[in-house]
Amino acid sequence: MPGLNGRRVAIIAGVRTPFSKSGTSLKDARAVDLARYATRELLERTNLDGEEVDEVVFGQVVPSALVPNVGREVSLLPQFPKEIPAYSLNRACASATQAVSSGHDQIALGNANVIIAGGAEALSDIPILASRRLADILVEASKAKSLGARIKTFAKIRPRDLVPVAPAIAEPSTGESMGQSAEKMAKENHIAREAQDRWALRSHTLAAQGTADGRLTAEIVPWLANKPGAPIVQQDNGIRTDTSLEQMAKLKPVFDRRYGTVTAANSSPLTDGASAVLLMSDEAARALGYEPLTYIRSYAVAAVDPGWQLLQAPIFAVPKALERAGIQWKDLGLIEIHEAFASQVLSNLQGFAAKGWEINEDIINVMGGSIAIGHPFGATGGRLVTTLSNEMKRRDVQFGLISVCAQGGMGFAMVLERR
Amino acid sequence: MATTTAPAITAPAVTWDVHDGIATVILDLKGQPVNVISRAVKDEFLACFAALADDRRVHAVVFLSGKQDNFIAGADIEEFVTLGSAAEAERLSADGQEMLDRVARFPKPIAVGIHGACLGGGFEFALACHYRVATDHPKTQIGLPEVQLGIIPAAGGCQRLPRLVGVRAALDMILAGKSERAAKAFRLGMVDELVPPPILNEITLAAARRMAGGWRPKRNRTGGGGGFMGFLLDGNPLGRRLVFRAARKQVLERTGGHYPAPLAALEAVEYGMKHGIAEGLKREAQLFGQLAVTDVSRKLVQIFFATNQLKKDPGIQNAPPPERVHRLGIVGSGFMGAGIAGTAVSQAEVDVRMKDSDLGRVAQGVLAARAILDDRLKRRRITKYEYARLVALLSGGDSYAGFGRAELTIEAVFEEIGVKQQVLREAEAVIPPNGVFASNTSTIPITRIAEAARDPERVIGMHFFSPVAKMPLLEVIPGARTSPQTVSTAVAFGRRMGKTVIVVRDSPGFWVNRILAPYANEIGHLLGEGASIEEIDSMAVRFGFPVGPVTLLDEVGLDVALKVAGVMQEAYGDRLTPAPGPGIAALVKAGRLGRKSGRGFYIYKGGKKRGVDESVYGLLGIQPNGGPRPAEIMQRLVLGIVNEAARALGESVVSSPRDGDIGAIFGFGFPPFRGGPLRHADDLSAERVVADLERLAERYGPRFAPSEVLQEHARLNTKFYS
Repeated sequence: MPGLNGRRVAIIAGVRTPFSKSGTSLKDARAVDLARYATRELLERTNLDGEEVDEVVFGQVVPSALVPNVGREVSLLPQFPKEIPAYSLNRACASATQAVSSGHDQIALGNANVIIAGGAEALSDIPILASRRLADILVEASKAKSLGARIKTFAKIRPRDLVPVAPAIAEPSTGESMGQSAEKMAKENHIAREAQDRWALRSHTLAAQGTADGRLTAEIVPWLANKPGAPIVQQDNGIRTDTSLEQMAKLKPVFDRRYGTVTAANSSPLTDGASAVLLMSDEAARALGYEPLTYIRSYAVAAVDPGWQLLQAPIFAVPKALERAGIQWKDLGLIEIHEAFASQVLSNLQGFAAKGWEINEDIINVMGGSIAIGHPFGATGGRLVTTLSNEMKRRDVQFGLISVCAQGGMGFAMVLERR
Repeated sequence: MATTTAPAITAPAVTWDVHDGIATVILDLKGQPVNVISRAVKDEFLACFAALADDRRVHAVVFLSGKQDNFIAGADIEEFVTLGSAAEAERLSADGQEMLDRVARFPKPIAVGIHGACLGGGFEFALACHYRVATDHPKTQIGLPEVQLGIIPAAGGCQRLPRLVGVRAALDMILAGKSERAAKAFRLGMVDELVPPPILNEITLAAARRMAGGWRPKRNRTGGGGGFMGFLLDGNPLGRRLVFRAARKQVLERTGGHYPAPLAALEAVEYGMKHGIAEGLKREAQLFGQLAVTDVSRKLVQIFFATNQLKKDPGIQNAPPPERVHRLGIVGSGFMGAGIAGTAVSQAEVDVRMKDSDLGRVAQGVLAARAILDDRLKRRRITKYEYARLVALLSGGDSYAGFGRAELTIEAVFEEIGVKQQVLREAEAVIPPNGVFASNTSTIPITRIAEAARDPERVIGMHFFSPVAKMPLLEVIPGARTSPQTVSTAVAFGRRMGKTVIVVRDSPGFWVNRILAPYANEIGHLLGEGASIEEIDSMAVRFGFPVGPVTLLDEVGLDVALKVAGVMQEAYGDRLTPAPGPGIAALVKAGRLGRKSGRGFYIYKGGKKRGVDESVYGLLGIQPNGGPRPAEIMQRLVLGIVNEAARALGESVVSSPRDGDIGAIFGFGFPPFRGGPLRHADDLSAERVVADLERLAERYGPRFAPSEVLQEHARLNTKFYS
């Protein structure tokens, strides 16, 4: 029984590039390059003819000023006819899950049969902005009618105007950074430093296992060297096999030096990467001969006051999604929770437990999470959908849940079903 | 507004109408794919211009082509080949000059709008007009390719072009027979304006209208070669003398004195610049007359026709329509695989997926394939946007993912039958049921490879030559059970890759390597008799080969050559057995693989040949001491090829002398002006070739024994080309 109205939507396959800490192995790639690469490899792996695709939707959180609509550049890959429309969206860290759910809606409504949804982020390639004053002066100079007028305008530039501005990961409405929010949540929910470190270590251990046994690498398309001598990237490079609780304990907290508990080790790193997911209507999957991994049963989004607990909205989104799916928490066989910070994961779990839901860690983030694997903002949702779908198939689990916290006090939840 | 038609022609090619003081003339040869200037068209032109001169409503003329993507492809070559004498050819040239002189002196200004190929006589016509507008479309190619046919631009092209763009730029175009894209033509000053195709007609019309009002385009007095250097070299007689001297030297270097046309063009330009346009035209016509009946020109025209025929020849009789390839799978991402991938993307714009066992090799292969695109970008053959699109067509992996949609898969793995059969089995499991599997092999019979196939009907050989991007020939080899549909698909795709394709029977060495074998083997015999490496090479170059046989082996790779030699010996026995002695096996053992390893017979540094490596003689256990007479060296090298080519043709390895000669010219550089080994045998006469071979056989052994086919032609006094 479909949880949502309309036609049933299948997840056929998903791939992603390796996730690399920004400034490392993918630093020369732009987000658009990563997105196109992942999408092309998705076509290769699924043997899908580009002609079959009706629309392309991509998420990106920090878009490049030069490629504002990354989705369209993906759909202009030469493997596609040029007539495939595409758009890009931003629901912060839930962007790629939003792309998947938006694709779902178009298929459910009968507007499309086959959609590629994904996300990309190149935090090695963030836009560096000119100061507002410099920008104003440049615009004014470009409108100047004579050379003299132009020089006069330029003369207004002061040294401090030349200092570039990098976009901060802070809430525009409160000025609070993501890390400060995580710190605040740790305190309010009494999440101890050791519990956070333990969760981070768990993330690394399970991700390393998933990498070693090939379950995690199964979703990765190797990134071929772009210039002679450059290495081939086949794995996520944030996963650590050599760390321990003792080592983690040595790290200084970043956001509150005196009483803080959030450290670089129990937070997700800035990451480059892209993901792409192939969605089809049930009919299209059958007609084209594809065996779905999972189906989308329901999804829901919630938001809270960013000044409260910025990353706690999942505790409102998940019940909504479960209700729409017509199932209970206990029906879930696998759960993927996005790990922005260990304090956020543990706060979310605390919130779920407060509803009387039993927390079974054995089915949560079974191959680790964003803390170890990395978190390219726009791309993470595609990874979650892919990882969960693949693992649901492996374990033959009927219901799986995705829970994502996002900037702006938003939470995103999605229920997948195997049959 | 009125429509007038040239009289007395049943299907007129030239039509015009007059509107608002401007006559718009359209050239459209009905029933022909392109416009060419023939006698009939000339007559129509003359009638048209006579009428327009008298028409008092007409103040200016616009000239356009009625073809979709073609302006004028040139003069009618069919007409040109019927010329019997130098005098007749000179008259043809003078007629053309006179017609264009009328155009140039036409009392009313003429503007031409150029879209598509504007070549040879077509461009000479445009040069005679008073204003040239061209579209910025890639199909718009402008140039004077006459020397490629062994003749020169002889309807004033050698006079008007240097006056328009300067001597340096004009010589650069005329002597190489080059065509330029519209953007470059505009930069050089060959056209006055560059516009997008949709507004070509309007802008040409506007130019005509401006000229009708008395406006004249301003052009650099010394032609396009402006600036200080322009003045220094183009703007005065002294500078021009320097330019001519340098150009002459360069032409002699490049042609080895085998091709008279570039020198004649140089003379026509120089004479005209010295003595004025009228005298220049006379000289131009004379030189054209002489060239038109030369053997070299005849040969080049034959090759031109043969290549054109081959472009349409499906390779087999009753060929079914080819399967259109959108997606190409390539197994093996080494040098050949990458070359095929890059060429397929750059020429055919297909989606290419490469596969190799190791991701490192795949990445290298994709990069090597991309280098072909990098090169095209660097030489501004493509824009950076086209480049980005083409690069995205190249990808690779270590699995067969994506091969399920490949209409054609080409393997270029290690040259060993077991490996190739293994790849064939793997590929057959994943490619679509109607997919073709092609083996790029130089030595292994296709029929044997196909023994491993579930569906041998879909297995074929595609023998590319190295480097793939540059070598123009492709041998397509059907196996015993290959279906006609498979042949069609392989031939059609080879053509889309820009190759001249010959279909060759599945036999050891196919065509090119087979007829090369005696040529390569003869190196060993000659060295053993005391000839030096330089002398052997220089004799072949003197005959007209671009490089000598020793250099060729270095280019091919000595390891590859050794392998081929072994296969040939096994297949054909004594006749194609390498000379006794250590031979190239000794060089390969010493790690000398030719250019690719930096050392072969020659030393290579920084990609350049640096002269013979004297230590080679030691490795081969020989000492150069004069050796046979030069003329005999040349004869032994060449007649070995001729004899084997005749024999292979007799065995139907190729289906016609035409295919065989084109294969030799495009496959290993047999001198084009000699028309190919079989044409060369015809020229020498079979009788003489047989006599020479018998003499050589007597002196050097039975490998020179004349083939049955040659003996038969000698006996019956017949030719390969009847």
